Amino acid sequence: MSNFAEMIIKPQPWTGLMMGNHALVRAMLESGVRVATTYPGSPTPEIADALMAIPAEVRPLYFEYSTNEKVALEVAFGASINGHLSTVFFKSVGLNVALDSAMQLSMMETIGGMVVVLGDDPGANSSQNEQDNRHIARMSYLPMFEPGTPDEAYRMFKAAAALSQRINMPVFLRLTTHVCHAREVIQFGTVPTDEPNWLPAYDPANGPYWPITQSIYPLKRRAFAKLAAVAKEVETSPLNEILAPNGSEPVNGKRLGVITSGIPAFAMLECLDQIDAGVDVLKLGITYPLPERRLLDFINAHDEVLIVEELDRVLEGEIKALAFDHKVTAAIRMRTETEQLMRELTPDRLWDLLSQTWPDAFPARAARPAAEEDVAPRLPQMCPGCGHRSAFHAIRDLLADEFPNAITVADIGCHSLGAMEPYEMGTVLMCMGHSNGTGAGLAINNDTRPVISFIGDSTFYHAGLPAIINASLHNHNLTLVVLENYTTAMTGHQPTAGNGEMGDKILIPAVLEALGVKFVRSVDAYRQDELKQHLREAIAHPGFAVVIAKHPCMLKFLRDKQRRLANKKEADVGANK
Amino acid sequence: MANFNIYMCGVGGQGIGVLSEVMIQACLAAGHPVKGVDTHGLAQRGGIVSSHLRLGANVHTPRVTAGEADLVIALERLEAFRALVNVARTGGTVVFYDTEFQPIHVRMGKAEYPSLAELEQAAKKRQLRLERVSADALPDPRMQNTAVLGRLAGLNVIPGVTGAHLEQALTQVIKPAQLEANLAVFNAQAQPTAAGESN
Repeated sequence: MSNFAEMIIKPQPWTGLMMGNHALVRAMLESGVRVATTYPGSPTPEIADALMAIPAEVRPLYFEYSTNEKVALEVAFGASINGHLSTVFFKSVGLNVALDSAMQLSMMETIGGMVVVLGDDPGANSSQNEQDNRHIARMSYLPMFEPGTPDEAYRMFKAAAALSQRINMPVFLRLTTHVCHAREVIQFGTVPTDEPNWLPAYDPANGPYWPITQSIYPLKRRAFAKLAAVAKEVETSPLNEILAPNGSEPVNGKRLGVITSGIPAFAMLECLDQIDAGVDVLKLGITYPLPERRLLDFINAHDEVLIVEELDRVLEGEIKALAFDHKVTAAIRMRTETEQLMRELTPDRLWDLLSQTWPDAFPARAARPAAEEDVAPRLPQMCPGCGHRSAFHAIRDLLADEFPNAITVADIGCHSLGAMEPYEMGTVLMCMGHSNGTGAGLAINNDTRPVISFIGDSTFYHAGLPAIINASLHNHNLTLVVLENYTTAMTGHQPTAGNGEMGDKILIPAVLEALGVKFVRSVDAYRQDELKQHLREAIAHPGFAVVIAKHPCMLKFLRDKQRRLANKKEADVGANK
Repeated sequence: MANFNIYMCGVGGQGIGVLSEVMIQACLAAGHPVKGVDTHGLAQRGGIVSSHLRLGANVHTPRVTAGEADLVIALERLEAFRALVNVARTGGTVVFYDTEFQPIHVRMGKAEYPSLAELEQAAKKRQLRLERVSADALPDPRMQNTAVLGRLAGLNVIPGVTGAHLEQALTQVIKPAQLEANLAVFNAQAQPTAAGESN
């Protein structure tokens, strides 16, 4: 067992350096989580890496990579209504996939407790948008915690799990990218060593778990009642705290306050370190439901209050409404420019907002002059030896020579990089699994421009199947190229349903055949001439055609090979002893 | 002590993760409160990898603000240039391993790869100390990060962090099988007169 695994499961308290994502695993173990599920997506895959680092025979919980985020959420839900504390984690846009089920959660008595961990991505570091999932807490009537550091992520996971178990309602823990990947020293507590109780405790009498038409109203009423009870609790929660690092002396006769949460709260402390002026900070650890009484007291104790938040105007709108209802006289200041609603709120950007609002306390700084030097860009690209690269090379040449007006549609994964130079293949991108549906739409009554959609193998299982059934059934005239590399490569080589690492392989050609696809060809992506010929025929085929361009992810292939060699060497040395 | 900001960068696969792990362990051993953050995700695909490390009791967030790095450690010349221009503070230090990973735009003739002279000029303009590391005959190109750590050991540029702290951290982080070769590379660079070219 690795040192890391030994430390993460060690029952006794210890203190050490830990990444946010890894600290969450310790929090899961300390909380007694019994079932954890996910579908990989940045910024959260290292949570799963840490779980997988614990050898299965000593891992005190059941963990699985589910087919997609919706299934992952449902598996965690099923475990919770059976009495087991569960958690599901995925990236920001993963919640969109899971939302159909997530919207019923507040009406369900999750008797084991359940924490839904979200990895939001302000700054779009590795996502197709920077959606602000704080809205979803409101829309789904579920409480939300927002840590700003790895230590807070660890402590708030435990608090969220405890709350969820107490109120039998799932709780969101919303992380952001630089909480997930930050590292700091954390004091960990004790992991309980009692034997897990796997007794299946499901009982419809705990529910009802049957929200249909009129039966939703008692359930919805109960959800509101639970939220009201939590709202009362958060008024005194230590996770919502007032910080006054410079004291509370008025600035030019005005008492100034800031209301904030998550990483922006810490950016605020950075800014306050640079001035002497007293500005109070109300830092919210629980951002839904809001502590209304506490907010009003804070606002009323100040002449001006600035809402400091990242991305959408979530707190701004709600706090302004609250202030309006209570005839607050303090000025509520907020962001005024569209640009301020985008990207991460880093300390330098926050300083600009503060100096725009209170120039006396936070003197304006000259913008950093742009460098005169020309620095060549470096964009991510497909790795040397990558099969996608070979496939794109061949397809680009074929299309340029024979189908110059073809339309190519990309999906999510390493192959999304094909849209960049030099290939420029797959120029429409939305989300996981969109390519075949979008391609079908592009193909309608279109006899002049061939449509080629791309999809990776992990996405094929995750969200590709419904649109494949659709294209097969309606015989949409498009070609789907499945780029199969036998792994979920972009997020760090997690297993797929087709690579045998999780169970018996579910093979793509067999799935396509069962779905009634009439034209299916399969070729190694390195065989460029054969790939071109298959594609030529697929484009000529009247109706839906699929070409599988397969080649193992070479990054993974070479690493596995090195590992096998190292193990063999070790074994040989052992045998010679 | 005032806060001290370290920014590390290179190209995916160069060993920024190991470099950053050694650095953070050495700084912890020297008694500094530390906060750090690494890039994950797209990095493996030939992109820029960076790691931020901030020392000091008054550090609240882990990322180094543009123009505020006291020390830049880069494992590649173009990335050293980028960080020198964008992240280093005036009067700071840039230590870099002088190897070349051409990005696609350079290969396609759409952008220029920087010369050493351009780095030197840009450093002079900003009153930066520029330390170029280059070692002939490394047993493995993956030890370029160790060579840079060795050079750092001789520079005493991070308050309170000695060569012994770095060497101890290296010993902790590197797998036993590769430790001896790495220590040799580290020590050769730690002594400025020993093998290994220096500017």
